[in-house]
Amino acid sequence: MIRGLSSLSRAMMLGFVRDRAALFFTILFPLMFLVLFGGLFKDTGTSKPEVVEIGAVALFDQMPPEGRAQLDQVLKVVQNPDRNAALDQVRKGDYSAAIEQQGSTVVLHYSAQDAVKSGIVQGVLDSVVNNANLVSAGVTTPRFSLAAERVEDKSLKTIQFVTPGLLGWAIAVGATFGAAMTLVTWRQKKILRRLRLAPVRTTTIVGARVAVSIGIALVQMVIFIGIASLPYFGLKLSDYWWMAVPLIIAATLAFMSIGLLAGSFAKTPEAASAIANLIVLPMAFLSGSFFPLDGAPAWLRTVSQIFPLKHLNEAMLDVMVRGDGPGSALPAIGLLLGFALVVGSIASLLFRWDDV
Amino acid sequence: MTLTISVNGLHKSYGDVHAVDGATFDVDHGEFFGILGPNGAGKTTTLEILEGLREADSGDVTVLGRPPWPRNQALLPRIGVQLQATSFFERLTAREQINTFASLYGVGARRSDEMLELVGLSDKADTRTEKLSGGQAQRLSIACALVHGPDLVFLDEPTSGLDPQARRNLWDLLRDINGQGHTVVLTTHYLDEAEILCDRVAIMDHGRILQQGPPATLVRGLDAPTRISVESGQITVAEAQSIVDDAEVEDDGVSLTIATRTPAQVLSTLADRNAMRGLAVRGATLEDVFLNLTGREFR
Repeated sequence: MIRGLSSLSRAMMLGFVRDRAALFFTILFPLMFLVLFGGLFKDTGTSKPEVVEIGAVALFDQMPPEGRAQLDQVLKVVQNPDRNAALDQVRKGDYSAAIEQQGSTVVLHYSAQDAVKSGIVQGVLDSVVNNANLVSAGVTTPRFSLAAERVEDKSLKTIQFVTPGLLGWAIAVGATFGAAMTLVTWRQKKILRRLRLAPVRTTTIVGARVAVSIGIALVQMVIFIGIASLPYFGLKLSDYWWMAVPLIIAATLAFMSIGLLAGSFAKTPEAASAIANLIVLPMAFLSGSFFPLDGAPAWLRTVSQIFPLKHLNEAMLDVMVRGDGPGSALPAIGLLLGFALVVGSIASLLFRWDDV
Repeated sequence: MTLTISVNGLHKSYGDVHAVDGATFDVDHGEFFGILGPNGAGKTTTLEILEGLREADSGDVTVLGRPPWPRNQALLPRIGVQLQATSFFERLTAREQINTFASLYGVGARRSDEMLELVGLSDKADTRTEKLSGGQAQRLSIACALVHGPDLVFLDEPTSGLDPQARRNLWDLLRDINGQGHTVVLTTHYLDEAEILCDRVAIMDHGRILQQGPPATLVRGLDAPTRISVESGQITVAEAQSIVDDAEVEDDGVSLTIATRTPAQVLSTLADRNAMRGLAVRGATLEDVFLNLTGREFR
């Protein structure tokens, strides 16, 4: 029963590893997206506005040290005694605003280019001026105070969001294409027929392909998590990230069943690849692999529920980065296995050993 | 002698096409048996039924004493199959290829190397199969069919598409294999190949077996005239005609050809007249047998 399993797996694995195109599309290509998304949108939060101080602004310079420290947390202040040069820098967008003091009036020069930053600068300056006014009026303990706290760090950083999604997509590509291409090329090249004439069980042949696909998926997982965890990208896994392993195994089976179905209809590898693409690409978009679907219309989100990738992505997000417990992945695992069973059964009904 | 294959009244249709239409034949143990006929004669379908790839519509088929259909796990290790297309796993070397097949039959790697040696591919063991020439790929495919030491080997047009030298090399290999006690069943559309290799042949056309027997017997049974030709200009057509009564003479200006059923007298007369320059004597071939059976040229 085990005879042939390891040698067939080995033959398939060697065939995969030596196929540069397959290696590229299942590992390197999704990884490029990870590097791209993870790198591009690394700092999605608004950075500190930079402000030019023209000459001396007594209001800033005479602030008590603790006040000045608070100010430096929200604004970056740069000195430039040349008024024209400073205003020019603001016009070009190098700085968000320029500040000068004329007597008791603090003048703020800003451009409307970045409304968010100039808004912040106005607000900050307003409060600085108000504070100064209060102090000069003798109010040292204001009745009301505002305590502002940032919550951004507790929400998902880009890398946290894109790693599970892109990993899911990579696994979908690998398992779907792997199953479809093996089926079609082995049928076309009569390898299936040759195997049928050898004392091997059909389950052994299928088992070998499943073992190879799961192996590839787990390697993809290791590579993705490894790269995303580099300090540059800064992926932080939550406690139960390892629940992604059974999830990925179940999802691999589901994607393979899609591939087998595509392979049952296709006669040539080209057709198989086209059909698989036609399924995998829309599925990846609708499953939130590339961008969140929160803004999508409700009907689209309902449609996306039929895709196994959607459930894999959601469940991986939950256990890998959102810190949900291991039990949270179980419904998704059940769904994925059910999908694999149903679609796999249909594919096995359509299975043909031969072209004719 | 025990029967290795027994086929009785085999029928197989695809829709309206009778691919095999009542074939009956036996193959003895240790025999080199050829099924020959033009493309579309039903050879491959017959072979596929014997291998257990297809179910016969009707008729009795036993291979090594068992029915090959449905897929018989006990039978499979005893037969070796070389398919018409060289079906190899992608991107594997010759050695990896044969090792994979060997392990499917529970055979060790040492035997694989022996087989590569036997088919003369030891120096190509680490070459990917995609890079092998047609003849090398064909030999590897035969090695894969033989790696588990089967009692019975099926070869489906093993030399098609090969150059003459590669064909001859392969013939030597096939004769050796048969000499080692493997029963060989081969389909071919090369009549010369069947004549050289096979102990017995069955001539097929339109799904029927027209005649079977040892090639020499079939040819002799034809009672076809022997064709004797010499260089033109040594003897006139009229002179040639007068040597024997049944002589049919043609002279195309290059050769003068005499067709006769009494070649001895013609040859001695030609020798007497010293007119034997460029002598060639050609008996009938399987091609003539086919022509006689079907009334049309083989190809």
